[in-house]
Amino acid sequence: MVKKKDITNGLPDPSELMDEILAKYPTKIAKKRKKGMVVNDPSEEQEIQANIRTIPGIITQRGCTYAGCKGVVLGPTRDIINLVHGPIGCSFYAWLTRRNQTRPAEGEDNFMMYAFSTDMQDENIVFGGEAKLKDAIREAMELFNPKAIGIFSTCPVGLIGDDVHAVAREMKEETGINIFGFSCEGYRGVSQSAGHHIANNQVFKNVVGLNDRDRKGKFQINLLGEYNIGGDAFELERLFEEAGIELLSTFSGNSTIKSMEYSHTADLNLVMCHRSINYIAEMMEEKYGIPWFKVNFISAEGTAKSLRKVAEFFDDAELTAKVEEIVAREMAKVEAVKAAVKPKTEGKLAMMFVGGSRAHHYQDLFNELGVTTVSAGYEFAHRDDYEGRHVIPNIKIDADSRNIEEITVTKDEELFRDDLVAKKKAMEEKGMEFSDYVGMMPEMKKNSLVIDDVNHWETEKLIEFYKPDMFCAGIKEKYVVQKLGVPLKQLHSYDYGGPYAGFEGAINFYVEMERMLGTDIWKMVDAPWKSEPEIVGSFAFNG
Amino acid sequence: MLLRHTTDKVKERKALTVNPAKTCQPVGAMYAALGIHGCLPHSHGSQGCCSYHRSALTRHYKEPVMAATSSFTEGSSVFGGQSNLLQAIGNIFQIYEPDIIAVHSTCLSETIGDDLGQIVTKAKTDGKIPEGKHVIQAPTPSYVGSHVTGYANMLEGIVKYFPTKTDKLINQINLLSGWVEPSDMKELKRIMGLMKINNVLLPDTSDVLDTPMTGKYAMYPKGGTTIPEMVSMGDSLHTLALGEWATNKAAIALDNSCKVAFTQEDLPIGIKATDRFIQALSKVAGVSVPESISDERGKLMDLITDMHQYLYGKRVALYGDPDQLIPLTEFLLDMDMKPVYIVSGTPGKKFEKRMSELLSERCPEAKFKNGPQADMFLMHQWIKEEGVDLLMGNTYGKYIARDENIPFVRMGFPILDRVGHSYFPTLGYMGGIRILEKMLNEIMNYQDATCPDEKVELTM
Repeated sequence: MVKKKDITNGLPDPSELMDEILAKYPTKIAKKRKKGMVVNDPSEEQEIQANIRTIPGIITQRGCTYAGCKGVVLGPTRDIINLVHGPIGCSFYAWLTRRNQTRPAEGEDNFMMYAFSTDMQDENIVFGGEAKLKDAIREAMELFNPKAIGIFSTCPVGLIGDDVHAVAREMKEETGINIFGFSCEGYRGVSQSAGHHIANNQVFKNVVGLNDRDRKGKFQINLLGEYNIGGDAFELERLFEEAGIELLSTFSGNSTIKSMEYSHTADLNLVMCHRSINYIAEMMEEKYGIPWFKVNFISAEGTAKSLRKVAEFFDDAELTAKVEEIVAREMAKVEAVKAAVKPKTEGKLAMMFVGGSRAHHYQDLFNELGVTTVSAGYEFAHRDDYEGRHVIPNIKIDADSRNIEEITVTKDEELFRDDLVAKKKAMEEKGMEFSDYVGMMPEMKKNSLVIDDVNHWETEKLIEFYKPDMFCAGIKEKYVVQKLGVPLKQLHSYDYGGPYAGFEGAINFYVEMERMLGTDIWKMVDAPWKSEPEIVGSFAFNG
Repeated sequence: MLLRHTTDKVKERKALTVNPAKTCQPVGAMYAALGIHGCLPHSHGSQGCCSYHRSALTRHYKEPVMAATSSFTEGSSVFGGQSNLLQAIGNIFQIYEPDIIAVHSTCLSETIGDDLGQIVTKAKTDGKIPEGKHVIQAPTPSYVGSHVTGYANMLEGIVKYFPTKTDKLINQINLLSGWVEPSDMKELKRIMGLMKINNVLLPDTSDVLDTPMTGKYAMYPKGGTTIPEMVSMGDSLHTLALGEWATNKAAIALDNSCKVAFTQEDLPIGIKATDRFIQALSKVAGVSVPESISDERGKLMDLITDMHQYLYGKRVALYGDPDQLIPLTEFLLDMDMKPVYIVSGTPGKKFEKRMSELLSERCPEAKFKNGPQADMFLMHQWIKEEGVDLLMGNTYGKYIARDENIPFVRMGFPILDRVGHSYFPTLGYMGGIRILEKMLNEIMNYQDATCPDEKVELTM
């Protein structure tokens, strides 16, 4: 059996581990990687290097801009056609591989089970693919008659000079539906992150504000950066509905294009995944005066806290009472399961290396079970996700990300909500925090190791050093880590389970942790004859 | 309905592909490279491709799939990716210590015009490739062909690099396995073992993508064709290449470089294709067919005759890769089934020719198509026009199977939603028995679930 790290007197100093990791690298690479690792001290301001180019050959887990744009942000919107302009792979690999669930009514459009591509061939590379793209749009119109079409550029599109935006304008004119393009070629930026930004810009420019709707209910919100993996958004919809909070639009789990079009009529934006959607949150505030704050619906405590903050913002006795009623009822259920599970999980160690937000969010859920996060990091988050938004003015945009468009948004004189600005100011005076995110590092323990863009070599060394009870990451890491005898929980796909958000999600997660951390399967990995080879050997000989 | 927008009116498309029956080249190259011992595949492009390809293979095998990438940025996309690849090669050898790096390209590096051969040569002259280590390469533009083409290109890249002709013939044959599962590669080795044929199987992903759980992780598992084996292929008596789309290029390249003559055969799926394979093996190696193999054949025949009543006349829709579809179609026809709809996203004129030969007399109503727009959307429309009794193909068929209530057999790549499939072959007579069992299970499950109560049978 592996000897566990004793953490009763705090986490071990991982400096030795860092040295060992860095010793393997060529000098230049070691220097770079060192800046992406921090031995955490929450009492101090610490800087981590993030959102920089990937080192070639390092075996990163990162994906590309197209994945961040099409795969993440727009993919979950069910009633528009996401047309991928490129060779077939990009469309194929983003076809149903992220578990963005959706629940259309009978007869409503739902294109999520389809993959649409212009399937570029070599002649399209040589002579350009614009004509084929136009034909593909015409064919899509004829076959599917969608409400809108998004065109997603892949690597070769930018290089051969196809202008997807010009095609979009022309075809919008021709078809009469909303058609807009995304310059989300895979090589832009350094990761999925650039794709989020590009998606935010285009959705804001081409979708948000297109439609109005009559005000329903007293409390109108949007949920930003929640993609309904495994039904997370369904659970949150349930809670909002019961509380009497009108959820206008979710960006973009279980969403429709129309809901995004009137999202500017909300009173408040809740930001779940800061990395992928903070751009829209800011732009909506600038243009329409809608305030936003960060929430975390991962973990029961976080859910209760987030719901209470919404109630506090609206400052309505009835709403507050309803929220308290929901929290009391749901927490009773949560506590019952937690009481049964926690004795089996208390004191266990976890590590998590997930995209751009979950490595932080899930620490709350693990805390509820008494599980300590010893090391964590993101694939593609920026410094503000690690250190908090106060560092934003100090972040230098480097050459690799400089060409990601920054759009300027101005106040909409007609629709701007001065009342919301006043409300925000009043609430701020009472101590409520807006437009802020504290980041992951201040909320992690002293001596925990924070690593950005962790690679395969580092993953192996981390496991060797910490011998964790649980590793949280994605599909590419899963079987590597499990071969080493450590269970891996996928926090992108949830290993096909979920939801994990909200109260029901917390219960699901507790039960799942009981299964994963409680099983004896991992102790059965060694064959019994491995420990007594001689006896078996001599018996066989004599026989 | 999951696929609620699919209508039964087929409309000719020339630009839009919907629900493709293929994916792009590099994943095939990555898979082929994993069949070499001590090899790390490398994707020369932006990193998204590499992550997608690793994920696709991992989801299919439930196994680690390693590969590195050049991680292009916008700068390298404009000025070329040479420095990225050179840096990657240096880093990989220092950090991950493979014996071989197998580089493939993507639509990005191909559109830019990066010349992999030239960059690898430069890596060599710059001293980036340590003594005794190797970097091989194959161009795999995603806008040509499909994943099968990528497999073929990497296989060609391998045989252009390693096999060496000396003046000494070796009493062995080369077997170029098409894109088949690790279990199939094991089955091929088992058959050659029964026939006592010395051989080199290339590539060989068995014991690479089906490794045991031991509490240890081996980045380069014990399986894979070894360097000495690959080098020796230049002195073999003959090459037998299985599956034209996947192996023909490599067979020709080996013939050109080392004058090893080759025989092209179909993948041994079903009776006749396996018969041809066994006979070809027997002929090129000069050995007779052992009784144990005749017994296996007889068992398959026995099962078919026993179960013929359940198969006769059943209409089947299938989709996937040409090398699998051709012998599978033949197998279905030999059992008096009707493969009525067949699509493959992989282009190639021979598909139509082979399918016409097989189907024109025995199933004249069959519709088949390959290449762009020969997609699962089209096949689904055909099914809506007139239904089928069985659907066979990769996981993406489950949505059609559910909507149309059709028994569904998972075969081909990728199978994302079931485990264990990669441990059992579909090649050879034993593989034929497995295909038969899978088909019968689905057909009988459907009957048991849908027939009136009084018709539920205890025995079949």
